[in-house]
Amino acid sequence: MNKILLVLEREFLTRVKKKSFIIMTILTPILFAALMIVPALIATMDDTDEKNIAVIDDAGIFEGKIPETEYLKFTFLPNIKVDDIKETFDESNYYAVLLIGKMVASSPDAVVLYSDKQPSIDITSHISRSLKNEIESQKLLSYDIENLDEILNNIKTSIRVRTIKWGKDGEAKESSTELAMGLAYILSFIVYMLIFLFGTQVMRGVIEEKSSRIVEVIISSVKPFQLMMGKILGIAAVSIVQIILWVILTFGLVTVASSLLLDKPESISNQDMITNVMDASGTAQQVPDSITSDNGFAGEMMNALSNINFTLIIGGFIFFFLGGYLLYAAMFAAVGSAVDNEADTQQLVMPITIPLILAIIVMVSGLRSPDGNISFWFSMIPFTSPIVMITRLPYGVPTWELILSGSLLIITFIIMTWLAAKIYRTGILLYGKKHSWAEMWKWIRFN
Amino acid sequence: MNILTTTGIEKRFVNHLALDDVSISVPEESIYGLLGPNGAGKTTLIRIINQITGPDKGAIEFNGRPMEADDIYSIGYLPEERGLYKKMKVGEQALYFARLKGLSRHEALKRLKYWFEKMEIQGWWDKKVEELSKGMAQKIQFIVTVIHEPKLLIFDEPFSGFDPINANLIKNEILDLRKKGATVIFSTHNMSSVEEICSHITLINKAKNILSGPIDEVKKNYGSNIFGVTLKGDIDKVKGSLNSNYELISHTEEAGIVKAQVKVHKFSADNELLKQLIPVAEILGFNQAVPNMNDIFIQVVQEYNKAQNQK
Repeated sequence: MNKILLVLEREFLTRVKKKSFIIMTILTPILFAALMIVPALIATMDDTDEKNIAVIDDAGIFEGKIPETEYLKFTFLPNIKVDDIKETFDESNYYAVLLIGKMVASSPDAVVLYSDKQPSIDITSHISRSLKNEIESQKLLSYDIENLDEILNNIKTSIRVRTIKWGKDGEAKESSTELAMGLAYILSFIVYMLIFLFGTQVMRGVIEEKSSRIVEVIISSVKPFQLMMGKILGIAAVSIVQIILWVILTFGLVTVASSLLLDKPESISNQDMITNVMDASGTAQQVPDSITSDNGFAGEMMNALSNINFTLIIGGFIFFFLGGYLLYAAMFAAVGSAVDNEADTQQLVMPITIPLILAIIVMVSGLRSPDGNISFWFSMIPFTSPIVMITRLPYGVPTWELILSGSLLIITFIIMTWLAAKIYRTGILLYGKKHSWAEMWKWIRFN
Repeated sequence: MNILTTTGIEKRFVNHLALDDVSISVPEESIYGLLGPNGAGKTTLIRIINQITGPDKGAIEFNGRPMEADDIYSIGYLPEERGLYKKMKVGEQALYFARLKGLSRHEALKRLKYWFEKMEIQGWWDKKVEELSKGMAQKIQFIVTVIHEPKLLIFDEPFSGFDPINANLIKNEILDLRKKGATVIFSTHNMSSVEEICSHITLINKAKNILSGPIDEVKKNYGSNIFGVTLKGDIDKVKGSLNSNYELISHTEEAGIVKAQVKVHKFSADNELLKQLIPVAEILGFNQAVPNMNDIFIQVVQEYNKAQNQK
């Protein structure tokens, strides 16, 4: 046991002191923070140049009917042809020329916007929406309906579907399918990548020790099992430290950056969302069934975010990542012990990567039906459960399923470590050729 | 008392026989040289003793009883290819290995300080192994091998990569370790070191043990039938005068003085050889040649190979 700790300590310290570890630890949160901040930042930096658009209204019914905005002005030019204005367009201050054809009411292609630049989607959608509204109300008017304005006001409706989840205890919580989906996708993908990242680190470490003959020297002081376990656990410690640092740094960076860059008091900025998440810190606050709707979409998101059980998700994330890592690391260690150099690993790694890739495929379908049969079974099978269960977590998973899946994972990882140790013990001291899985199976049986 | 005995070790790899019925007995507190041409099977034997591979046939005894897995903890092994973490600092690495071998941190630091001073490498503590030359890394490896003072030390080519000064340093350390009660087995091609420090040798050639024993006896056996003669005269006449019991192995001629080495096939104590030489040449000197290990090595291996080819 003592020697496992000694090996663990070395694996941990040498890796944590590496430059690449420090760089990864700093760069990744910057990337994450940028992903969260930049879209919000762009949203606050809307195009603020005033644009003047010349309008040639052949239909003759739109003058003054296209609403102007802060940055978008319309100038109606009577009795002018497009060709006339085309020649002098460069000298004029117009951003674009809008031609509204005579047949605009019946033919959808009658409206053209000329410009020497590519007009943004905001401009074209503003124009088409305004024209459409105007034409529709003109058409309605032509029916000569009494009290038209009143009727129109009366039938104006707006619908938005809020989802509220009922807990067993009768609590009703506001939830967001989009949010759960995004979270599920990101988290399970991270688990997938981390298992790969740290699993191959184990494999590389084993190959290094084997090919540099360190094992031959060490084997007279430690048992192969101790060496393997020490390495696996040491790298697990590295991964946990890295994940915790990532989470702390990302939250820190986002908080600092959003208070510096996004200081609009009225708009619900990222900062509010983050602080809200932090306040919630797991204990989901109850939302009254009749939530005032002027909160709008952002408010809804915030409510949903604070209603996600973060303790459960972070706890589950760490548990299933660790379980998955330990399971796969044992297999990666076995592969590492069976080859002399890294180039030989590809073929042997294949059977290990297949379940991982399968899990990712199931994950994508699991996003759509997190409680479906496929999702259920794959979140029980230990080789795929670390990824698929993480996918299901943000949607809420029955406790008994969590416990069953977790126990299965632990049992399998113990069995797998035991098998891998047998392969490792034989393989680590055999040089000169690449060994197949069939040979490794023999080592397991005869040891 | 033998600390290590192997009997009838056989090891077969896919295409060839690496060891064929090899038996050696290593007495306690001896310095035991494993000699042999490249590819003879020395390293395979060492790896079998270290339980890195298992023999196909044969038995190993350690301290007079069959060797057990745990006996490996009483062996310090210096492999031919160096086994050190390249990216790790020298000091940290040495400390790690020393602690793995069961020393407390405090004790390990104390002993490392002693050894680093002795080897004059105090300044290397914070260097990375990849910055060291082959010989430098080997010094570290040597220290790591002996730090826990195991009863049996096995060195595979301990002198390769060392300059003469450092080779001498290591040689003296090996002698020192033996004085402290350790038994040393080492393989080498360096015959002068064998002569200087070995008490016993085994010569392995083509997977077989072809010569074994205390070094004095080996030398006596191979030295007693070769004579060096210094003479003035015609070497061809000398050759002609010798009967079939004698064989002229080699001769050099300089300024009319011939130095010849004559092998006696069937030794008789009288001056039979001189009797034959005196009529044909003027004898300036006559002595029994003491062969060095180099000559014995070459002679024994060549004779063995010749005999094999004739079969």
